[in-house]
Amino acid sequence: MVSTQPILSATGLTMEFRGFVAVKDVTLSVNEGTIHALIGPNGAGKTTVFNLLTKFLTPTRGQISFRGNDITGLKPAEVARLGLVRSFQISAVFPHLTVLDNVRVALQRPKNLATQFWLPFSSLSVLDDRALELIDAVNLSAYAHLTASELSYGRKRALEIATTLALDPAMLLLDEPMAGMGHEDIGRIADLIRRVAKNRTVLMVEHNLNVVADLCDRVTVLARGEILSDGSYATVSADPRVREAYMGTEHE
Amino acid sequence: MAVGTQYLAEQQPKLSTTSLVLGAIAIAALIAAPFFFYPVFLMSILCFALFACAFNLLIGYVGLLSFGHAAFFGGAAYYTAHAVKVWGLEPLTGILFGAAGAAAMGLIIGFIAIRRQGIYFAMITLALSQMFAFICLQVPFTHGEDGIQGVPRGHLLGIIDLNQPLSMYYVTLAIFLFGVFAVWRIVNSPFGNILKAIRENERRAVSLGYRVDRYKLGAFVMSAALAGLAGGTKAIVFQFATLTDVQWQMSGEVILMTLLGGIGTMIGPIVGAGLVIALQNYLASSQFPVTVLIGIIFVICVLLFRRGIVGEILELMKRKPKGNV
Ligand SMILES: Nc1ncnc2c1ncn2[C@@H]1O[C@H](COP(=O)(O)OP(=O)(O)OP(=O)(O)O)[C@@H](O)[C@H]1O
Ligand SMILES: [Mg+2]
Repeated sequence: MVSTQPILSATGLTMEFRGFVAVKDVTLSVNEGTIHALIGPNGAGKTTVFNLLTKFLTPTRGQISFRGNDITGLKPAEVARLGLVRSFQISAVFPHLTVLDNVRVALQRPKNLATQFWLPFSSLSVLDDRALELIDAVNLSAYAHLTASELSYGRKRALEIATTLALDPAMLLLDEPMAGMGHEDIGRIADLIRRVAKNRTVLMVEHNLNVVADLCDRVTVLARGEILSDGSYATVSADPRVREAYMGTEHE
Repeated sequence: MAVGTQYLAEQQPKLSTTSLVLGAIAIAALIAAPFFFYPVFLMSILCFALFACAFNLLIGYVGLLSFGHAAFFGGAAYYTAHAVKVWGLEPLTGILFGAAGAAAMGLIIGFIAIRRQGIYFAMITLALSQMFAFICLQVPFTHGEDGIQGVPRGHLLGIIDLNQPLSMYYVTLAIFLFGVFAVWRIVNSPFGNILKAIRENERRAVSLGYRVDRYKLGAFVMSAALAGLAGGTKAIVFQFATLTDVQWQMSGEVILMTLLGGIGTMIGPIVGAGLVIALQNYLASSQFPVTVLIGIIFVICVLLFRRGIVGEILELMKRKPKGNV
């Protein structure tokens, strides 16, 4: 499945916040069908790059294209509709909805069951089988009836992944999907990402380098908003500049 | 999938037996009410209760504070009054015409305001509704300070004589029940589920591909239409439409009613409207200045029970131990 055809490419992305350059001239291309890691020390600009790629922020300069379309001028909802769907670093669930409802919300739009204000709530039950399947895939079946706010942090992350997968997107952007998870859950989510990546592309931010080494086909290293290195994990980890950038943040 | 089925049995907003029984009692009480109270007094409560329910659809379930809902309520009153008095429309058609006019205004005002957040949204809606109130003062069809007086109640569908107080009352009750049901249905629908999601985490909803502004605008128009339904009905009941109903004080009053009863609860706005109207009615014959009392109630609400009367009661009932798994 690994191809050399870029599904997402960004050229010269720059983001300035009132004079502070958070992302500087980033050129990045993610090949279709790969798992691509974006790593770097805290504050490197990884989340900002995600915000730019999904149009939650408008780049000061630069261009983004997804599946051959220029998406630089699109609104974030339109980017998601094209099949480029993100998760958030700070767990984003609908806290007072149940786990099942969280996933159903994601399913409603693709199933064209989101605008019917005249239908009873029970009409959403046609989504249940698929929703419970997704919930099962992230091992949350036992909690399907709980409200999301009752879940532990790690389980909220798992729910967020299930919700993202509900859209069946061509490409997933995952911002530290395993942060706050225990050992066992990390293994499970890594397996899940490997599985779902069989027929889609994943770009993920991850601090756990073992996971990156194990899971990702390609790694891009960002430091102080700039790309430091790009290539296979072996290439990147041998790069002296990368080692230097990680000095002092080794306690990660 | 046992868990899922169990969930469905528990959580779906199917009406529980208790709420069905309570609802039936409430409706029976409303049917019997005109034999104990003045029908005009009751109809006034019903109109304002529906207005508050419509307003609550927006603040309680979308989280948008409109400070301009008087434009929809009072605007519809003018449209209905004009349509019935000048064009000779049948009363129900006239009321629906008023509601449609309010919906159209909701589309315009909502389109301008919906991208703003929080207090800016409130300010824009206030500004636009004041602009509308000014137009109402200037254009000839509203008859300026006099308003449209002497609107005939006429015959519903050409059959039922609405000059009979009881007939008028039951028609108003039917419209009220329809409106409350509409709010309930909208909130507990696939669309309502998305509204809830947007209110809970707007960024997440956007990232799932929802064009949230359109959902908010949709809810805004529905809220305006239902506020218009209330205003149009009021014009038929009281047989006039005046500037009072389009001015900002009216927008403030509906906020108070909803706040007092309980924002985001289904019956809170009804309770709030009932209390405020009853108070105004009671104090009308005394020397006590109503606005002062309303102000005091407002302050007490904000300081002591923010959830409102119904909201606080519901909260007491459902309090349960918290903990994460
Ligand atoms: N909205 C904003 N306004 C101003 N500065 C911002 C904004 N968002 C991010 N920054 C700054 O940009 C830099 C990059 O932040 P970003 O969150 O992208 O880093 P990150 O690589 O995701 O870090 P972490 O590993 O801690 O998540 C930081 O210095 C941050 O303070
Ligand atoms: Mg980050």
